[in-house]
Amino acid sequence: MNEYTYPILFGVVVGTLARFIMLRTDYRQYPTYLHGKVIHLALGFIAAGLGSVAVPAIMDKEFTAVTFLTIAASQFREVRNMERNTLTELDGYELVPRGNSYIEGIAIAFEGRNYLVIFTSLVTTLCYLVWNIGAAAIATVGCYFVIRKFMSGSTMKQIVDIEFKELYFEGAGLYVDNIYIMNIGLPERQKEILKYGMGFILTPKNFDVRSTIANLGQRQAILHDVSVSMGVFRDSGTPALSPLIKRDLDDGRIGVFVLPQDKDVEKAKQVIGAVPVLENAIRMPSESKVSKKEGRNK
Amino acid sequence: MNIEKVVLSIITTNKQKVSGGAPIFICETKEEMDKVAANLEAIIDGISHALSDELYIIVKH
Repeated sequence: MNEYTYPILFGVVVGTLARFIMLRTDYRQYPTYLHGKVIHLALGFIAAGLGSVAVPAIMDKEFTAVTFLTIAASQFREVRNMERNTLTELDGYELVPRGNSYIEGIAIAFEGRNYLVIFTSLVTTLCYLVWNIGAAAIATVGCYFVIRKFMSGSTMKQIVDIEFKELYFEGAGLYVDNIYIMNIGLPERQKEILKYGMGFILTPKNFDVRSTIANLGQRQAILHDVSVSMGVFRDSGTPALSPLIKRDLDDGRIGVFVLPQDKDVEKAKQVIGAVPVLENAIRMPSESKVSKKEGRNK
Repeated sequence: MNIEKVVLSIITTNKQKVSGGAPIFICETKEEMDKVAANLEAIIDGISHALSDELYIIVKH
């Protein structure tokens, strides 16, 4: 026992708790099993330990100890690889795959959350050592809000208007509103699609959003989430029954064609609205120098 | 080279209109054509697309 024991202990506990809070199993059902959770809690514990130890090390003028953090960084990059590999492997067995962009987003979140743990432990231990346990407790609350802020990305309902549209066939072509989805030859399949399918039109709220929802990864994420939450009317060997999203080239709207087992329009709208906007799909054409110049000249 | 989309077979009621590399199934009636197309679709995991009322193709996507 020395003067650093309690601060470090405090930092480690808070850091591990932070990882626990950030490890939520929701509709995505990932990580599902206890083993998956144990892996991430254990890694969170390690991250918390590294974050807490860094402060006393600096206070004892052991500056080289900070290089430890670089090991942590490579360790957590490994976490990202691990998640990416697992999810990519499993994606081949999904009826409606997640798609690589969605997987990359999840993997990034796993890596990023470990750094948040290091940050939490570092800050709380520092506060404990510099002031007292009260200050550390306040810092903990502060960190909690920072974590919450980082955890919540934007969702589709913030960037698009969602509207339900009936599907219809023109000859063999399947349409949602005026957007052509695909060609279905067999009358039997056409009947199935009209019976089980639903169509939605997502209208972008501004110009930047157009390219975001045009992103194929973002579209696949929408289809995956709808299929997870509402069920999907398809099986292996029925490629004709695959949910699809196509784009209206004129105005950037997208037509979503899904085959849910639960045909509840309001629920489907909410599910689409709650799909996370993938960070690698976000584009900001309005932030480019050229557009800004135009803005000034107007 | 990885070929992504292939026409796996052609089903028609009008044999004047088709020839070429893919297997061609000639049917007497529209009903027969629908039935053959449905079976082929299930067997080869492709999608039947209608090019006209008398011509279906099965495409692997």
